[in-house]
Amino acid sequence: MPDDEQNETTPDGTKRPTLPPGYGDDGGDEAPSGEATPEGTKKPAAPSASSGDAGTKKPTLPPGFGGDGAGGDGSAEGEPVLSRKDFQSDQDVRWCPGCGDYAILSAVQRLLPDLDAEKAEHVFVSGIGCAGRFPYYVDAYGMHTIHGRAPAIATGLKASRPELKVWVVTGDGDALSIGGNHLIHALRRNVDMQILLFNNEIYGLTKGQYSPTSEQGKVTKSSPYGSIDAPFNPVRVALGADASFIARTMDRDPQHMKAVMEASYDHPGAAFVEIYQNCNIFNDGAFFEFTEKETKPERALFLEDGQPMTFAESAKGLRLDGLSLEVVDLSTRRWSVDDCLVHDASDEMLAELLGRIFWDDPDADGNAQTLPRPFGVIYQEERPTYGDLLHTQIEGVTEKKGAGDLDALLHEGDTWTVGEEQG
Amino acid sequence: MSQTDADVPSTDGLSTDGQTEALPEATVLFAGDSGDGMQLTGSQFTLATAHAESDLATLPDYPAEIRAPAGTTYGISGFQVHFGSGNVRTPGDSVDLLVAMNPAAVKVHLGRVERGGTVLINTDAFNDRGFKLADLDADPREDGTLEGYRVVEVELSKLTREALADTDLSTKAVDRSKNMFALGLALWLFSRPTAPALEWIGEKFADKPEVREANRHVLKKGYHYGETTEQFATRYDVAPAGLEAGTYRTIRGAEALALGLVAASDQSGLDLFYGSYPITPASDILHELSRHKNFGVMTFQAEDEIAAAGSALGASFGGQLGVCATSGPGLALKTETIGLATMTELPMVILDVQRGGPSTGLPTKTEQGDLFQALYGRNGDAPLPVIAPDGPADCFRAAYEACRIATTYMTPVILLADVYLANGSEPWKLPQAADLPPFEVDFATEPNANGHAGENDENSGAHADGTKNGEAAFLPYRRSTETLARPWARPGTPGLEHRVGGLEKEAGTGDVSYDPANHQHMTDVRAEKIQRVARDLEPPAVYSGAGEEAEGGDLLITAWGSARGAVEEAVDRLRSRGHAASGLTLRHLWPLPPGLEKIFARFERHLVPEQNNGQLVRLLRDEFLRDFRPLGKVQGQPFTPGEIVEEAEAMVA
Ligand SMILES: Cc1ncc(C[n+]2csc(CCOP(=O)(O)OP(=O)(O)O)c2C)c(N)n1
Ligand code: SF4
Ligand SMILES: [Mg+2]
Repeated sequence: MPDDEQNETTPDGTKRPTLPPGYGDDGGDEAPSGEATPEGTKKPAAPSASSGDAGTKKPTLPPGFGGDGAGGDGSAEGEPVLSRKDFQSDQDVRWCPGCGDYAILSAVQRLLPDLDAEKAEHVFVSGIGCAGRFPYYVDAYGMHTIHGRAPAIATGLKASRPELKVWVVTGDGDALSIGGNHLIHALRRNVDMQILLFNNEIYGLTKGQYSPTSEQGKVTKSSPYGSIDAPFNPVRVALGADASFIARTMDRDPQHMKAVMEASYDHPGAAFVEIYQNCNIFNDGAFFEFTEKETKPERALFLEDGQPMTFAESAKGLRLDGLSLEVVDLSTRRWSVDDCLVHDASDEMLAELLGRIFWDDPDADGNAQTLPRPFGVIYQEERPTYGDLLHTQIEGVTEKKGAGDLDALLHEGDTWTVGEEQG
Repeated sequence: MSQTDADVPSTDGLSTDGQTEALPEATVLFAGDSGDGMQLTGSQFTLATAHAESDLATLPDYPAEIRAPAGTTYGISGFQVHFGSGNVRTPGDSVDLLVAMNPAAVKVHLGRVERGGTVLINTDAFNDRGFKLADLDADPREDGTLEGYRVVEVELSKLTREALADTDLSTKAVDRSKNMFALGLALWLFSRPTAPALEWIGEKFADKPEVREANRHVLKKGYHYGETTEQFATRYDVAPAGLEAGTYRTIRGAEALALGLVAASDQSGLDLFYGSYPITPASDILHELSRHKNFGVMTFQAEDEIAAAGSALGASFGGQLGVCATSGPGLALKTETIGLATMTELPMVILDVQRGGPSTGLPTKTEQGDLFQALYGRNGDAPLPVIAPDGPADCFRAAYEACRIATTYMTPVILLADVYLANGSEPWKLPQAADLPPFEVDFATEPNANGHAGENDENSGAHADGTKNGEAAFLPYRRSTETLARPWARPGTPGLEHRVGGLEKEAGTGDVSYDPANHQHMTDVRAEKIQRVARDLEPPAVYSGAGEEAEGGDLLITAWGSARGAVEEAVDRLRSRGHAASGLTLRHLWPLPPGLEKIFARFERHLVPEQNNGQLVRLLRDEFLRDFRPLGKVQGQPFTPGEIVEEAEAMVA
């Protein structure tokens, strides 16, 4: 609901601007308005059929992150003190009906009661964009800031209040264009927070210009002849910035989203989560190949630590051939699951390979091939967080010098006394 | 500087008894290559002068280049000290002693030396090469340039080498200590103690005994040289200044700003979060603060000024003391974040150490060019308090005050210092922590809306009964009736969960609102809140000469911030010449302090000197509809009292 921008049309986004060329009007996103969509599986009448409740299903083998309890972590299904409702603010959610943001909001609101923190300890900090409205809808502490700066603002908050649970909500334009600098620095510093990047490969709030993740050739309002910009692969940006936790998930798979978000929350340090989010108004179907039933099995690879990398309902796998990845057919005798790479999120080299799966990568023999896009936790390492280092240093200096004494500080250095006043 | 020729050590004023002549005041300028250690020499001379209980003011002046080519005019680094037995308010109009390490120093700074003043030159650098580097056609000693000055030629390099003939130090290291020879000589000439510098060298080179001893030795040699050489007919002394009883230290403005912030944190109980991106001349504050981690000070060297401001604001949202400092170009980058602080009504302090602008401008030179940027440099109507300290020591008080205003009124506050204040120093009578103004912060701890009607119009938003949906609630924009500040609720406080942001908010509830009447109302209230800061301010004092109080007069010189010293010295001179002139230096630029209309009405004419092309003057015309005359100076150097006097006399003549 683009309403940030000046003099443009509808303030409430209830009316649809014309769809960008290139995307068939798939008609009725008669999206059930109002409440956030249950399971977020609501589809704006996507070209593909509904994945129904199966939308949450991973391809059978591997079961997909959290698919078989990885997320649950055995944390007693005891009576949750809080429920999802407790995290719903009294504000009307004003995204366009059918927007993927609803599902993300819902996943977060379902996750929060399960976490080991009080409601008042959570702070959501966002930038500007459709995604940026997120904090208004979550009944916790929140700050809707300015375009691109959320990671910097959150850094000051988290550094000075280390006990808080800080979430950054950002869009692809917000995080990777105007705020690119802050994003990479928050990651390299390893500020302990979760950065949820809603990637819809478009500027939503400003009504549909190409973004730094839009593919080359994309026709948008600002690129009627096709965009000539090369896109970012956000995961590789995070790898380049030495992020200590990098994951990818999708709005159409609430269970997976929730599990990935929980893993990001549990990670001490900056956790980068790219969420493929459908903007059904300006970029409808951008990720359907990965999210919709017909193509998802072939195109999405769900990673799980310790599990072989298989997809297409276990019919295919990923194998390392020299320094290249290769898709192998497991339905023939030639290859078996044992030939497939086994995911190890702590393996930096593996993360590099997985991070590269974005551009068309020929196999070792130079043959064109299309690799499945990885989802789940791609990389995770433990290293000291910015807050740990900052406060350890402060404690260390305090121990050495003693707690600050203001009078002593003022009188430091060369002083002299005039008259008979005390020294 | 001295007003009469008799005050000046000059050739004709020789008291040739070889005795010490008492001066009421004097100005010394050390000048040489940036590699010559002139800043160090100047600050050590200052320290000794402070120990001799003079009042003083300093003006360090260095090039933007770190090590400009040696011997060139653009590589000249200077340090000027003005000291006296009376009230010293400026670094001095004109110099009595110029210590010139090379010909370029003479070329650059001779203009500042009083006719008849002394120029001490390092003759070892006065050779063809030196003249060529300084772009001089001839030896200034021979072409008449130095005529009318008392020239003292000293072979600084040679004498230093002789003094250190026995050490194992490299020639380079030996040559580097020639500034200590010059320092020793200057200390002797003005009867300053050597102990403070000797002690300082001892500490500085504690683990380099050889360097330590060499420097001490050379310093003493310089001092003794003064005693034994026949080159000086007279030695001078400046009596103690009779400063108020108390314990003092010399303080640079940058240090004072940092200490003011630490004091504010200490007294308020808020942790100081300082976000900063290095920029001359604000970096010194970052350097100083990063030393004080044992006060719980968090210093964050951000990726840019936007992040510096953002992180400070994030810390403020977290209930800490969020501060950032920068200079003009950085303030420009912080603009959008400051607007967010205005909208979210969170406290935040932004220090701007102004330098010559626009753009990169003159990074190391002083200017007061950012007043408009501070007052108006945001989109929308976004007034905020602007404070300008009026001396290096006042920087302490101003920083402390800025933090108090920010937290009391829940607003960003901009403090405008400048290069002159930040680098300049003066004696500072040390305050006791217990005597600082009380600094209490009230955090919201429970819902503030429980069915009672709002306390004033201010709170009559859409939920005039003070509840939200009929329930006890926390309304983040339910204001104090006194200050109009909204409550500050720390994240983590149960029951007070709320959202702030840059979108306009409904009065009271803080819900996003696009309602036209509400936006008008909120815009008005934000402005009114800032105006209320003035309720805590005293009407400013008019200066009409020390201890004098004038009812009114022909001329009022109104300036702001760092111009105070020059204005007051100008007033003294004008009055001594029979003019009914007074001075007024504003420390609060927004809101303006109370009582100004009455003060202005008592004077016939108004002159507004400022180090820009006319910014305060426009504000004053706008607010008071009087004929304020501008006097702008943008030359990278502070006003001299003489410049103000000249313009003032033209006006009252
Ligand atoms: C400083 C600034 N520049 C530009 C804008 C206009 N603007 C608002 S949102 C946006 C892009 C948002 O795109 P993205 O981050 O991808 O978020 P989305 O709306 O797609 O969720 C822009 C350019 C702004 N609000 N502030
Ligand atoms: S991202 Fe697209 S669908 Fe979602 S609210 Fe924005 S414009 Fe509407
Ligand atoms: Mg986007």
